[in-house]
Amino acid sequence: MSKSNDTIQKTIIVALALCIVCSIFVAGSAVLLKPVQVSNRMLNMKENILRAGGMIGVHPSKKEVEEAFTAVVPRIVNLETGQFVEPSEAGYSSVDAFDQKRVSQNPNLSKVLSSSEDMAGIKRRERFAKVYLVKGDDGIEKIILPVRGYGLWSTLYGFMALKGDGNTVLGFGFYEHAETPGLGGEVDNPNWKALWPGKEIYDDSGNVAVALVKGGVQPESPTARYSVDSLAGATLTSRGVQNLLHYWMGQEGYKTFLNKLKSGEAGNV
Amino acid sequence: MSEVTIKKVLVEPILSNNPIALQILGICSALAVTTSLKLSLVMAIAVSLVTAFSSMFVAMIRSHIPSAIRIIVQMTIIASLVIVVDQVLKAYAYEISKQLSVFVGLIITNCIVMGRAEAFAMQNGPVLSFLDGIGNGAGYGLMLVAVAVIRELLGSGKLLGFEILPTIANGGWYQPNGLLLLPPSAFFIIGLIIWGVRTYDRKQAEGADYKLSAHKVKEAF
Repeated sequence: MSKSNDTIQKTIIVALALCIVCSIFVAGSAVLLKPVQVSNRMLNMKENILRAGGMIGVHPSKKEVEEAFTAVVPRIVNLETGQFVEPSEAGYSSVDAFDQKRVSQNPNLSKVLSSSEDMAGIKRRERFAKVYLVKGDDGIEKIILPVRGYGLWSTLYGFMALKGDGNTVLGFGFYEHAETPGLGGEVDNPNWKALWPGKEIYDDSGNVAVALVKGGVQPESPTARYSVDSLAGATLTSRGVQNLLHYWMGQEGYKTFLNKLKSGEAGNV
Repeated sequence: MSEVTIKKVLVEPILSNNPIALQILGICSALAVTTSLKLSLVMAIAVSLVTAFSSMFVAMIRSHIPSAIRIIVQMTIIASLVIVVDQVLKAYAYEISKQLSVFVGLIITNCIVMGRAEAFAMQNGPVLSFLDGIGNGAGYGLMLVAVAVIRELLGSGKLLGFEILPTIANGGWYQPNGLLLLPPSAFFIIGLIIWGVRTYDRKQAEGADYKLSAHKVKEAF
């Protein structure tokens, strides 16, 4: 190395040149690979929707996911009126373009929650939600609803799949969270997720009754059909999961929609 | 290193100068990703490529790097490459990139990459540096794979996801050792491997830092 490398001029020139070359390199690769990454994320989303609904196996191929997803009908719902709306009402050209995360951040399309309302810790709630329906021979067979809420460290994003009665759980799972691995992260544990199918959300008078209980569910207790074991060593994550279910299944969330869907007032499916 | 030859830079880091076993570098990621063989293989390939290309680029511009900012220059090159690797994984191996999550990004802080750039690439040509990176990546990878085989096989009875030892939970006879799926087990395994390597190749054993001298003073009571 010659001495002239250490002049201020040369140092600045080398630093600048390096920064420009590296940034072009990084930005170029990010832009070039973006379409593939976006399609991966979409596929992952579809896979999670199907998994909550129990419609695919453990390691589905891309084709299986796309094929199974043709049975799923995405619809936009106005959470306040509980009725289906056209995507144009939320300012989107098609159902596929509707991005619920973005809607929840748009001040015109969402409402700010006061701290007493905000059980799930989500701060703003969108006025429109994208729900996924699966139709069978006699009406709607599966209803898959996106839910989210704050756990211990992070917002958990997931899907709750209900049977056509709008009450019995088909499957429940999260696709994005950053809870402690091994403790709160056990929300991904297949054994825990297997506890959910068959549980019921509402009690006989229509209140949200689903709960995560400590110390194991007693099968003979009258509340057993609403209760799921909470996660060992993850009190706050479990509480977060319970709160987000109470929020999204309650009056503020999908309850109006589910009731109208049952009575046929929600509009044509 | 008296004389640098292509064969030497490729073969030496695998056993006689292994980055994990002798230099004790890159332990953090070796603990984290070795619970499954598949992740270890992907991680080994990623680290090899990053080490090779970063060493090559550093070697190419080594005569123009001002010594005052040489570490930053190396870091910038390494970080750029790691971001590209991360992007490629996200695009073409989405499942694996989700499992490796933060550890791909942490290749930036893997001492092996930085160590080779500073210790080798600053003094040698691009081709040799590239091969040196591949060699060190292979040495790192070999160690990772060895640890991962032990952990995945005994910890979950599988290899690459295929069941080798049928576990009791699946109606077989093998009771998996859960400890092996936790990070501390990698410490034990790496320690045992280092012991084995140094017993086989005495040259690698380090001398004692100090010697206890004989006790001469009589006790006071």
